[in-house]
Amino acid sequence: MDASERGRLLGKLADLVERDSAYLATLESLNSGKPFLTALFVDMQGTIKTLRYFAGWADKIHGITIPVDGEFFSMTRNEPIGVCGQIIPWNFPLMMMAWKLGPALSCGNTIVLKPAEQTPLTALYIAALIKEAGFPAGVVNILPGYGPTAGAAIASHHAIDKVAFTGSTEVGKLIQEAAGKSNLKRVTLELGGKSPNIIFADADLDLAVEQAHQGVFFNSGQCCTAGSRIFVQDSIYEEFVRRSVERATKRIMGSPFDPTTEQGPQISEEQQQRIMELVQSGVREGAKLECGGKVCPGKGYYVEPTVFSNVTDNMRIAKEEIFGPVQQILRFSTVEEVIARANDTEYGLAAAVFTTDINKAMTVSTALQAGTVWINCYNALSCQSPFGGFKMSGNGRELGEIGLREYSEVKTITMKMMGKNS
Amino acid sequence: MAQNGTIENGLSPGGMPPIPQPAKVPEIAHTQIFINNEWHKSINGKTFQAVNPATGVNICDVEEADEADVDKAVEAARAAGQRGSPWRSLDVSSRGRLLHKLADLLERDRVLLATLESMDTGKPFMHAFFIDLDGSIKTLRYYAGWADKIHGKSLPVDENFVCFTKHEPVGVCGAIIPWNFPLLMFTWKIAPALCCGNTVVIKPAEQTPLTALHMGALIKEAGFPAGVVNIVPGFGPTAGAAIARHMGIDKVAFTGSTAVGQLIKEAAAKSNLKRVTLELGGKNPCIVFADSDLQLAVEEAQKGAFFNQGQACTAASRVFVQDEVYEEFVRLSTEAAKRIVAGDPLDPRTQHGPQIDQKQFDKILGLIESGKDEGAKLECGGQAQDGKGLYIQPTVFSAVKDNMRIAKEEIFGPVQCILRFKSQEEVIKRANSTQYGLAAAVFTRSVDRALNVSSALQSGTVWVNCYNALHAQTPFGGYKMSGNGRELGEYALSEYSEVKAVTIKLAEKL
Repeated sequence: MDASERGRLLGKLADLVERDSAYLATLESLNSGKPFLTALFVDMQGTIKTLRYFAGWADKIHGITIPVDGEFFSMTRNEPIGVCGQIIPWNFPLMMMAWKLGPALSCGNTIVLKPAEQTPLTALYIAALIKEAGFPAGVVNILPGYGPTAGAAIASHHAIDKVAFTGSTEVGKLIQEAAGKSNLKRVTLELGGKSPNIIFADADLDLAVEQAHQGVFFNSGQCCTAGSRIFVQDSIYEEFVRRSVERATKRIMGSPFDPTTEQGPQISEEQQQRIMELVQSGVREGAKLECGGKVCPGKGYYVEPTVFSNVTDNMRIAKEEIFGPVQQILRFSTVEEVIARANDTEYGLAAAVFTTDINKAMTVSTALQAGTVWINCYNALSCQSPFGGFKMSGNGRELGEIGLREYSEVKTITMKMMGKNS
Repeated sequence: MAQNGTIENGLSPGGMPPIPQPAKVPEIAHTQIFINNEWHKSINGKTFQAVNPATGVNICDVEEADEADVDKAVEAARAAGQRGSPWRSLDVSSRGRLLHKLADLLERDRVLLATLESMDTGKPFMHAFFIDLDGSIKTLRYYAGWADKIHGKSLPVDENFVCFTKHEPVGVCGAIIPWNFPLLMFTWKIAPALCCGNTVVIKPAEQTPLTALHMGALIKEAGFPAGVVNIVPGFGPTAGAAIARHMGIDKVAFTGSTAVGQLIKEAAAKSNLKRVTLELGGKNPCIVFADSDLQLAVEEAQKGAFFNQGQACTAASRVFVQDEVYEEFVRLSTEAAKRIVAGDPLDPRTQHGPQIDQKQFDKILGLIESGKDEGAKLECGGQAQDGKGLYIQPTVFSAVKDNMRIAKEEIFGPVQCILRFKSQEEVIKRANSTQYGLAAAVFTRSVDRALNVSSALQSGTVWVNCYNALHAQTPFGGYKMSGNGRELGEYALSEYSEVKAVTIKLAEKL
């Protein structure tokens, strides 16, 4: 198939997703608990744009010709890797599917994809659209199931050439181990984070408060990029805490289908309990509970927006990924100190800096060990820019041009020439 | 299931549809100057005629743009491209969406556009439908995909700086396009220009304004902001020259003859040093070795010579055939040329139409006569088609020598010149001894020969065992006097971007 035709099929899939976006958003909201309007305006848009972005790359995956020593002509081809296993999470089911399908198909691979057992529905609907778009049979295969069974089967399969996993660091390590033990399949991982959000005294305080709030509470805190360690400089600390608590207490929980709802439930009772266990550890270890800290009575797995201040680096809530609507606010004095503390984690997915001073912005952003650093914004993700983790937040990058590298196998072709000129 | 290029080729996924039929065109809808998404009459009231070269009939009158109209167009293009304008504030991915939408509209109006193109140029309708429209749609879609992938770099410089580049639009791009592939050349110019965020003032050839003007309507319908593309139909010495020397145009892209290309470059330098890209003529060598698949070589060389009535910058106008297979090649080529079917361009069986106008017709016949006079052997054709206006018979000359006019000058007509050669080194030298360097082809089964000869030829495109294999993904342009710069592929992007390096000093202490 012409590479441009692959691109055309991906574009067609994007058109079909757009056509059915109201239905898909409804399904996504039902299955995951995220507010319907968010599903429609954030998840659906991200999905469509990612598919379109990678549709455009399909016939632009270039190898190079290379001036080697000797009487040879040398070139590279970027070929498909082969069969790509893809295991995706429950926090952004459809968008994570697009992040996986887009580059893999653009590069000419075939796919075996396992949606999370909590959220299989939109993936299965997409399967019907894939067929409708005209992808040949077998190019995309979707297997709903559990991690220890279907997921492990993918990670250890001898006929799968590459596995891409988004999920917890703990499971990511298992995947990489299984890949090594089986057939050395290529591995990319997008894992957890404990992302630092650093607010300097010269920041636009209203902006910082709102961005920090959304940065940790978005999607009920169920984001790998959650800004879950907010470092606030001494002189604005009290004011920042006060405004953050005010904002958190105004956060509206409710039915995902209520247009005024900002926060839906957590994905499961298991997650809800895990979050509460960490909240209780925060109280026990001496953080100050400013608001929230309880589950909501009645139906659903709701947890109140919770704010802790006076958090110190050694507390569990400052070290472990909570994946819930719990905001930690820590105090700092100097630039050097906050850089060292922000980097003092095995994670390294994202980070943010709020300041009006260009020198702080450039110096701190270049010093942070994080795959994405936001300056005066949070969660500003776009499919054109690469995304991924330093250290144990992952291996490799998704999105952007670099995302293609993970889905190509490079072949060098070197031909003997009789005589050679540059 | 969709197969390669089926949609762009007008085929539905369900199977073979009926052969496309030309549209009935009672009246030409768009005949005016297109500025700011509006239609304008010419400021000095002049019009010119769009003529059908197959019949000699005047199709319609078109408003003629001159310097004053070009000024107005440039003003609109400048305003549309200002910082803060709707076009400049648009997400670049949205630029891509607009280009895709434009491609969708070409698909919708495919039959009409192919009909207009055929009426205006004389090219067979089937060629217009399957080749010109296919290429146009694919070019738009290709560049739609690049819009949000135009990357600068961040750079590790010495000392305490943060340094990065941005690839910004050049600004207002003037484009002057030829009459041989009017719509295709239109898209080759606007697609990369718009992809990179520029605004455009484009002059279609005076012989062939119609499809360009229809594009104006589609550009507006697609949703491009006013002033982003402006279309000024008119003549070279007036509107074209006005573009080349305009102080408010930042770059000019020209496709046409080498002689005019030189004038454009001179005018660009004399005015404001606007950036210049040129796609000019060629005298393209097509080299057939004894170890080639001879039947394939004959077919491809024939297409190379006679496609579009020979009116292609890539025309295979010097066919070098190795001694051992020379006689056979001449015999087969002559037979093939005699089988070419000339006729009404709108008839689906027609393979060969008229030349574009009297001037070209006379020039081609003049060169054919010179071939006869200078001693080349006329194998077939060699004259105008009886009683058929601007039609010339497909003509084959053999025993052509390098110093004959037909071996040196670009003919731009249906004339195939076959020359004899002995050795690889000899033919490389002879192929390269020309001021042109646009395209070349090598026919051989040997890996070594293919690599060595393609590497030795001074030519922007080298085809191996094929001819005219052009793709939106691959750069195209000339060595030497066949042009400056490259179109298509990723390479075109650098011709339509201006690079800015931003270097930020960091304070030593915070």
